[in-house]
Amino acid sequence: MRRLFPVLLVLCMALFAYAPFLILNAPYESTMGLVQKIFYFHVSTAITMFVSAFTCGIASAIFLFGRRPAADRVGFAAAELTVLLGLVVLISGPLWARKAWGLWWQWDARLTSTLVMWLVFQAYLLLRRFGGPGSEKLAAAVGLFGAALVPFVYWSVNMWRTVHPTTNVVPTLDASMRGPFLWCVAAFLCLYVLLLAARTELEKRRARLDELYLALED
Amino acid sequence: MTSPVSKTKRMRVLRATFVAVLLLILPAIAHRQPPAQEGFVPVDQLPGAEQMPAAPLVAAAYAVAWAAVLLYLFSIWKRLGTVERELADVAKRIEAGSRR
Repeated sequence: MRRLFPVLLVLCMALFAYAPFLILNAPYESTMGLVQKIFYFHVSTAITMFVSAFTCGIASAIFLFGRRPAADRVGFAAAELTVLLGLVVLISGPLWARKAWGLWWQWDARLTSTLVMWLVFQAYLLLRRFGGPGSEKLAAAVGLFGAALVPFVYWSVNMWRTVHPTTNVVPTLDASMRGPFLWCVAAFLCLYVLLLAARTELEKRRARLDELYLALED
Repeated sequence: MTSPVSKTKRMRVLRATFVAVLLLILPAIAHRQPPAQEGFVPVDQLPGAEQMPAAPLVAAAYAVAWAAVLLYLFSIWKRLGTVERELADVAKRIEAGSRR
């Protein structure tokens, strides 16, 4: 990963540097107009948030059943990033909704389930912060539960009647909008890999510090 | 010729009728429906409160995304710095302990 990091960093910077030009040149959606431009960052961060939640779930499962501390470090990093990306989704969504729906928030299935999922990952972080020794196993179980919520959040718009658009929007997106959208998704996924690597490295060094403190006590 | 008693009685009835009519009419006036609207109102003719500009909302959404990412990067950098300093400190103490 260390050799790949600078390559990914350059790629990520290039992707984000060109993204505004693509978004500005993308056509206006006929009913919503300019405010629809939030879509390119809002949906990209939502997809990356789902990827992050799955990463946390898989890493937590490996840690719980395979007892690998490295997986726990990845799970912790992914949980923190899920909370960060969720925050962006939960703020950018209402900003779009205020113009498109005329209100900031609606307690519908998609919005509420996203908030619940975000709170589950907040619970993971709180457990790690204040749970004391051995809390990593309990937190891993919470991470697994959080990842299990992703399909419900994704299909909630198809299962219940909501004001939020269904999952049909992205597959049927106009070609002139699909290009900028996929570009933004690639940029956010690239950024996610970089942030995950950096955050996991921090956990790795903390683990090394704990080992050194134990050695010092002995 | 009407007696003063029957005149007072008539006035009382009139007053009661007036109050009753007022009580019946006032709620009807208060809850009066707005006049029916034909067709649609163009966006530029909407009242000020309903003409919300989209640009600040779009700018805010993008600013939030960038601010969150940059703040997170700064927090990782700060935390890495703290851990690095502690690592160096502990390594020094271990080295000093092994020399004794």
